[in-house]
Amino acid sequence: MSRFKQHSILPGFNLALGFTLLYLSLIVLIPLSAAFIRTTELSWQEFWFAVTTPRVMASYRLTFGASFAAALVNAVFGLLVAWVLVRYRFPGKKLIDALVDLPFALPTAVAGIALTALYAGNGWIGQYLEPLGIKVAFTPIGVFVALTFIGLPFVVRTVQPVLEDIESELEEAAAMLGANRLQTFLRIIFPTIFPALMTGFALAFARAIGEYGSVIFIAGNMPMVSEITPLLIITKLEQYDYAGATALAVVMLVISFILLLVINLLQWWGRRRSALA
Amino acid sequence: MATNTLSSTSRVRRTLTTQEPSWVRRALIGLALAFLTLFLFVPLILIFYEALKKGFDVYFAAIIEPDALSAIQLTLTVAAIAVPLNLVFGVAAAWAIAKFEFRGKNLLITLIDLPFSVSPVVSGLIYVLIFGLQGWLGPWLAEHDIKVIFAVTGIVLATVFVTVPFIARELIPLMQAQGTEEEEAAVALGANGWQTFSRVTLPNIKWGLLYGTILCNARAMGEFGAVSVVSGHIRGSTNTLPLHVEILYNEYNFAAAFAVASLLALLALVTLVLKTVVESKITQPKENADEHRSV
Repeated sequence: MSRFKQHSILPGFNLALGFTLLYLSLIVLIPLSAAFIRTTELSWQEFWFAVTTPRVMASYRLTFGASFAAALVNAVFGLLVAWVLVRYRFPGKKLIDALVDLPFALPTAVAGIALTALYAGNGWIGQYLEPLGIKVAFTPIGVFVALTFIGLPFVVRTVQPVLEDIESELEEAAAMLGANRLQTFLRIIFPTIFPALMTGFALAFARAIGEYGSVIFIAGNMPMVSEITPLLIITKLEQYDYAGATALAVVMLVISFILLLVINLLQWWGRRRSALA
Repeated sequence: MATNTLSSTSRVRRTLTTQEPSWVRRALIGLALAFLTLFLFVPLILIFYEALKKGFDVYFAAIIEPDALSAIQLTLTVAAIAVPLNLVFGVAAAWAIAKFEFRGKNLLITLIDLPFSVSPVVSGLIYVLIFGLQGWLGPWLAEHDIKVIFAVTGIVLATVFVTVPFIARELIPLMQAQGTEEEEAAVALGANGWQTFSRVTLPNIKWGLLYGTILCNARAMGEFGAVSVVSGHIRGSTNTLPLHVEILYNEYNFAAAFAVASLLALLALVTLVLKTVVESKITQPKENADEHRSV
């Protein structure tokens, strides 16, 4: 025990850690392991077949493609929003800062029906896009729009604190040495916030891949065209294809865990970077 | 107050050399606002517009209709069970992690965060694999006539799963930053464990605790994907508010769907207001300390 835990005079360690481990095991770890154990009922060939059918492959392409595009848009505009909120003063700034978290607080189903109504052919925005030949609702573009909404706060909230911590002395020094604002941004500011930007991008991407509620309303859910992988899991479950649903869930879980690892590495990189600076 | 003085000093220091030309500033602000308007404000306004489009009578009728009321009741019940459970878990986990040094701590923190990276659909599915008819405990539960999946118990379990990290991840960094000196002093002066926690630790973490609870509650009431898998969508019995929105919408009853959705949007707005208020309570002492140090 003494090697496992350093001595402390504070009470309650065994109780607190014991309860934490029990709770975590019952609620999270055992249920998650169920997915992995249940897939062993399939042979490797059966598993591979279940997770590589053309319909499933099409759903991966859509899920990952739209998530990547949405995370990319969020990286660009999230950086812009964070920059504007940290550096400039304008009316309504506090309100806007608070509202950036709306996608975290708004239930996904509500976001889904709102975006669908907005981008449908007769919607506030859809009616202007339709004559231009751009259909958003019930197409893959709709999936991208929903995922952009869902991922919006991640980049803003990871970049904002790093941007706030940048010392103005560094920028002044750069200016004195003859750098213009763009050079200062590209050579001084951008490298400092880059780890945070990548972390935000990865968080938005990871969230988008698993997203369900906001997407299913706007996607149209056509097999091979606008059907995301999480929806396919539900479809299989409703057809009592438990093995197929579980196999897909395991694929999603493995990808989530890899992304979690990447995000942890990025955060470690960012902390080391700021510790050196 | 502290924020104002802080930003005003940095504004003075931010001279012409470290400031963009005003047309660049205006263009960047304009572009950021245009993006936020398109993706945030317009959808938010649309919810309330669509909800009230057919008048207040239709709006209130959709909300006081029996199925809607039972959905409201179920959502409140589920949150009332899930949030306190995760509150106790969060405090216990943060106490063990922040106040003691032991091996495997970082792994434990990662495991607590795990539900955040799992797709909501998968979160629901894993409970079906355990408690469903074809699940591990399915036959035993059926024998004893206990329903978990397609019943309130399953909805509570799925909700607890997706909201596990919220309170713990607010408390852990907060309690780590506060250290152990105050608690050690209390124990040395003869306080027992409960007295130490309730008189020393709790006053220090109350705002962080509230912050985590607010976020946890918002997610618990709004969860859709995980709950959708385990609920069975039985109207008037296992339908939460978000699921009720889906049913109404799929029946092309848009006015009612948006009316119920507007309740959830109001919940989101209240959450954001409370969050902002509590945030200022958490950061104020820290910023005062920062200011003190720089002076």
